[in-house]
Amino acid sequence: MSERTLYDKVWDHHTVTTLPTGQDQLFIGLHLIHEVTSPQAFGMLEERDLEVAYPELTHATVDHIIPTADQSRPYEEDAAEEMMSELEENVREAGIEFSDPDSGDQGIVHVVGPEQGLTQPGKTIVCGDSHTSTHGAFGALAFGIGTSQIRDVLATGTVAMEKQKVRKIQIDGELGDGVEAKDVILEIISRLGTEGGVGYVYEYAGEAIENLGMEGRMSICNMSIEGGARAGYINPDETTYEWLAETDYFQENPEKFEELKPYWESIASDDDAEYDDVVHIDADKLEPVVTWGTTPGQGIGISDPIPAPENLAADKQDTAQRAQEHMRVEPGETMDGYEIDVAFLGSCTNARLPDLRRAAQLVKGREVDDDVRALVVPGSQRVQETAEEEGLKDIFEEAGFDWRNAGCSMCLGMNEDQLEGDEACASSSNRNFVGRQGSKDGRTVLMNPRMVAAAAIEGTVTDVRELPEAEVTA
Amino acid sequence: MTDTDEVEIPEVNYVSGSGLPIRGNDIDTDQIIPARFMKVVTFDGLGEFAFFDQRFTEDDDLKDHPFNEDQFQDSSVMVVNSNFGCGSSREHAPQALMRWGIDAIIGESFAEIFAGNCLALGIPTVTADSETIQSLQEWVDANPDEELEIDVEAEQVRYGDTTVDVTVDDAQRKALVEGVWDTTALMKSNAGAVQETAAKLPYVSDADANGSGSESSTSAD
Repeated sequence: MSERTLYDKVWDHHTVTTLPTGQDQLFIGLHLIHEVTSPQAFGMLEERDLEVAYPELTHATVDHIIPTADQSRPYEEDAAEEMMSELEENVREAGIEFSDPDSGDQGIVHVVGPEQGLTQPGKTIVCGDSHTSTHGAFGALAFGIGTSQIRDVLATGTVAMEKQKVRKIQIDGELGDGVEAKDVILEIISRLGTEGGVGYVYEYAGEAIENLGMEGRMSICNMSIEGGARAGYINPDETTYEWLAETDYFQENPEKFEELKPYWESIASDDDAEYDDVVHIDADKLEPVVTWGTTPGQGIGISDPIPAPENLAADKQDTAQRAQEHMRVEPGETMDGYEIDVAFLGSCTNARLPDLRRAAQLVKGREVDDDVRALVVPGSQRVQETAEEEGLKDIFEEAGFDWRNAGCSMCLGMNEDQLEGDEACASSSNRNFVGRQGSKDGRTVLMNPRMVAAAAIEGTVTDVRELPEAEVTA
Repeated sequence: MTDTDEVEIPEVNYVSGSGLPIRGNDIDTDQIIPARFMKVVTFDGLGEFAFFDQRFTEDDDLKDHPFNEDQFQDSSVMVVNSNFGCGSSREHAPQALMRWGIDAIIGESFAEIFAGNCLALGIPTVTADSETIQSLQEWVDANPDEELEIDVEAEQVRYGDTTVDVTVDDAQRKALVEGVWDTTALMKSNAGAVQETAAKLPYVSDADANGSGSESSTSAD
């Protein structure tokens, strides 16, 4: 078993007791909730006559079902309105703080937590959403839970969990031009497999990780779950601390920053920490990665050929065969040139300010292909506001992108933003499962946000490194 | 608190029933329950939407799927392949399967959050190697009306004249066999220790460490 890793230390700090099952009862420092997975949990609490134990350590927002075009109430869709109303009532009764659309703080839960400074190193963070692993970017131990566990956390402030193994993923070297954090995590998943991380927590380390800003680190930790790892984390460092210092919480409580910093430093993995497994990846050799199939593990470099199913491991062949039929791709081809109908720039993986800035830089002075509908969905109202102030909205709109309000949107198609029929979508999101973006015949190609912008402009999946500089007119 | 608030948690030692095979690796929770059916505030009625897009065409015609086949309508044990339940953490997935009639799942492997969600509902997720699973799927296809039995404690599955060893994760086995898979009351009873743990965490303020719903917090009663 691992020793002296961040995971071991944070786990120990939060262990209340060992349960009769052998699981540990773990205290939860931050419980994030949203409208889709929490209402049933509040219902269970009511049935059992239980109260919310730690409302001050709980924070709510609305993201999955919120419309991104017309957000006036009541929402056009009755089901969405009902879910929102239910959340409003639940948080009001329990006294839980709610980043609702009127607050200007609403957004995707995994964007909201970090930007308000709720996400901090050494915290245990849970949410009824598998992408809760995102918060591990700050050196928190963060993982997704189901609704019955939400009930447990609401009622007791704790979850029952078994300790897992720790795999260190060491990414040495530097990322080349046009290669981003998203490419690193897509590469990791395609290399280790969608179930390679089951039973593990991933620690991402090495020069390429240290050189990333917090947003890139979040993109990586976000997709840990796509590799089967319930949690992924990065040890906190100066980059983390600088980012935290700018957040609301520490702007309002500057004394807390100095008070907590020794704790943050203490929970980082020791130099002589022991891991259950170590994997090395060479950052210099990576290129932009795109998926060719219907799991996030079916990814290749943009100039690599799509693999023939018969050349894959026996247990991957059947899935690959069906994926290639669904995507209508042939082994031996590259994904470069794959025609797309939709470009989606958004999601908890890639809808933060630097993601939008990088994409906007590429879009500036260009136009979206005539046959492509393209939309930008900022990760939060704050991201949206700043992006608008910086003129990013104008750049995107002038190029022909739709500029929307914050939410999960077309990542999972729970609101009006969905693929139609067999549309192909260049997407900065995290899942390319069949039906994921709202149409069971829809085809999703996952990629980094600049690659999405490039695909929108060209109308096909395109190597962003080969896109000539745009003529920018003043 | 009165006794009527205590939730009865049955022990799950054995599950028996006829089986049905769901073949394929990496069957994700978006396939088990598409997101559009999650626009609900209760889990009631989710059963009919299990595997919806695999079972119905655009025009609501039936597709080939075990959940549509007459001989499997009373089945309660699913036999699946690897990484079943990957993707989204939605408990709607096991809730939909349970409400359709599934009491236990035998598979090559399960995604972690999915297995945890099943445990929270008292549904065993039992694993075996791929050959065992393949034999079991073939047997179930050939014997749709015959019962198979999962012995959770002994980690065995019996079908026909065959008994095979399977694996049940330690914590899951204890939780099911001892009837402690619903952890709310158990963990609630440790409220004092929870407060002590919270109070030691530097980021939790003294006021927050006590919580507000806990029994020892000051209240007007």
